[in-house]
Amino acid sequence: MNTSAQISNAKLNRRLLKDKLFTYAIILLAFLSSVPLFLILFELIKKGYRQINISFFYKVAPDTMEAMVAVKNNEIIPGGIANGIVGTLIIVGMASLIAIPVGIICGMYLAENSKGKFAGVVRFIVDMLQGVPSIVLGVIGYIWIVKPITGGFSGLAGSVALSIMMLPSIVRSTEETLKMIPETLKEAALSLGVPYHKTMLRVVLPSGISGILTGVILGISRIAGETAPLMLTALGSAAISTDITEPSSAIPLLVWEFYNDPNLVDMIWSASLFLLILILCLNLTAKAIAKRWKVQY
Amino acid sequence: MNSEKIFRYLLIGSGVLIVLIAIGIVTTLFIGSIPSFKEFGFGFIYSTDWNPTQGRESYGALPFIIGTLVTSILALLITFPFAFSISLFLGEYFKNGKLPSFLRSVIDLLAGIPSVVYGLWGFYALRPIITDLGLNAQGFGIFTSSIVLAIMIIPYASSLGSEVISMVPGSLKEAAYSLGATRFEVVKTVIIPNAGSGIFAGYILALGRAIGETMAVTMLIGNSNKIPTGIFDLGNTMASLIANQFGEADGLKYTSLVEIGLLLFVITGIVNYIGKLIMKKLSA
Repeated sequence: MNTSAQISNAKLNRRLLKDKLFTYAIILLAFLSSVPLFLILFELIKKGYRQINISFFYKVAPDTMEAMVAVKNNEIIPGGIANGIVGTLIIVGMASLIAIPVGIICGMYLAENSKGKFAGVVRFIVDMLQGVPSIVLGVIGYIWIVKPITGGFSGLAGSVALSIMMLPSIVRSTEETLKMIPETLKEAALSLGVPYHKTMLRVVLPSGISGILTGVILGISRIAGETAPLMLTALGSAAISTDITEPSSAIPLLVWEFYNDPNLVDMIWSASLFLLILILCLNLTAKAIAKRWKVQY
Repeated sequence: MNSEKIFRYLLIGSGVLIVLIAIGIVTTLFIGSIPSFKEFGFGFIYSTDWNPTQGRESYGALPFIIGTLVTSILALLITFPFAFSISLFLGEYFKNGKLPSFLRSVIDLLAGIPSVVYGLWGFYALRPIITDLGLNAQGFGIFTSSIVLAIMIIPYASSLGSEVISMVPGSLKEAAYSLGATRFEVVKTVIIPNAGSGIFAGYILALGRAIGETMAVTMLIGNSNKIPTGIFDLGNTMASLIANQFGEADGLKYTSLVEIGLLLFVITGIVNYIGKLIMKKLSA
């Protein structure tokens, strides 16, 4: 007697146990994925904080000899990453100057022509551009700018490569933000006799500014840490260079140079730490903007 | 011309510019690879030789195509259990609250770490472990690169998944619960069949990322020009080959590298296209 009830009870217990185990596995695996982040942060802070002082920000990267002497005397390697900071600011700034206007206008075009055939083609191409590996864009920057225009490695070539890289995220965020803005807002402006372009630029665009800004900042943070395309375009420079037709350094390029020079190895951690903090700040800013000034209608 | 018209031309012009950029990229890569194609023909794709010695120059892409595919598919396999767990965690088990928002921030931050920093971490922290385990004498190789790549693509593989999982209609899940299903059974019989293709599309897009990833792989894979014999062997990917050799290349080697770039462009294009196709079917 009761055997069938016992069997079904045992079966139920097994099902419940399975459910429990699965839940624990999900939680465990999900949180295991966050471990690398903390390991990386820990490693960078532990090994990098010693090098970060005031001269880190205004001195250029040391040469091998200086570093070797300092390491021998067990001192902190002199010098900083000023050439990288200036280079990154100029290269990323130029890339933004190229990509932001084009990206916003194109996003506006896509939002306004959501069903057009040509707009569909453009949307498809933007999606495809998003997936182009950064190293391929480096090759493109080399062929388009380094060879024919600047006649040698240059910051400008790096900017062009990076601008293509950040374009898709600006276009898509602009399009998606503008699509959320109610048609009535536009109609209200048009009905008051405001011309179309003023309606778009003075009414629709400002109402979506937070979403667009978020996309722009995320685009910048995406390219700020890029190394591969810059290796083929900007190359790197030991001095601070403000001429965009000359080779230029950048923080990620410096990390790569330090990595390849045994004497400078101690510098990689501070340079990476600084780069990481810079990018994290950009990400947090983007998040804060998206949260605070959410488009609401 | 009035400003109204200028504005409309500007809008269309920006679209035309994007199309021109894309056409420009493709034609540039094509023209750049013509000399190499003339020399090697389609043999370039399946030749295993990469020999830059003057006079006996011969270039083939197969070791790098295989290296790229093995590294990125292995990375995807390693990432799968973690990314799937995150998708379920954020999309079904814990949608709101402090823990999930913590996990979300962590994943966002993982996506923000530059590739070169991942490479450094792999080189200084992970490589010694691989060496200690005796998997590879120096700790370099496909396996090491794949682990780092797997961490790098977690954000891409998990985000789309959690989105589609959270969009599975509540009524379907409730129907299953009302029949006495446990949560695990709901996941198995309702959520996965419903959100499966979206989750899959996320993995395909993550694969596209992994294929094009350069710096971390360059620092860890060992850069050998031979076809890898196993997952603990050294290898090379298309992206890291370009990164390593483009600087000093000219002549035949230069155009061969451009052709590698073209192949890389095509492969990532196909992978991303498949991913987008699945996503499109999903939203239709």
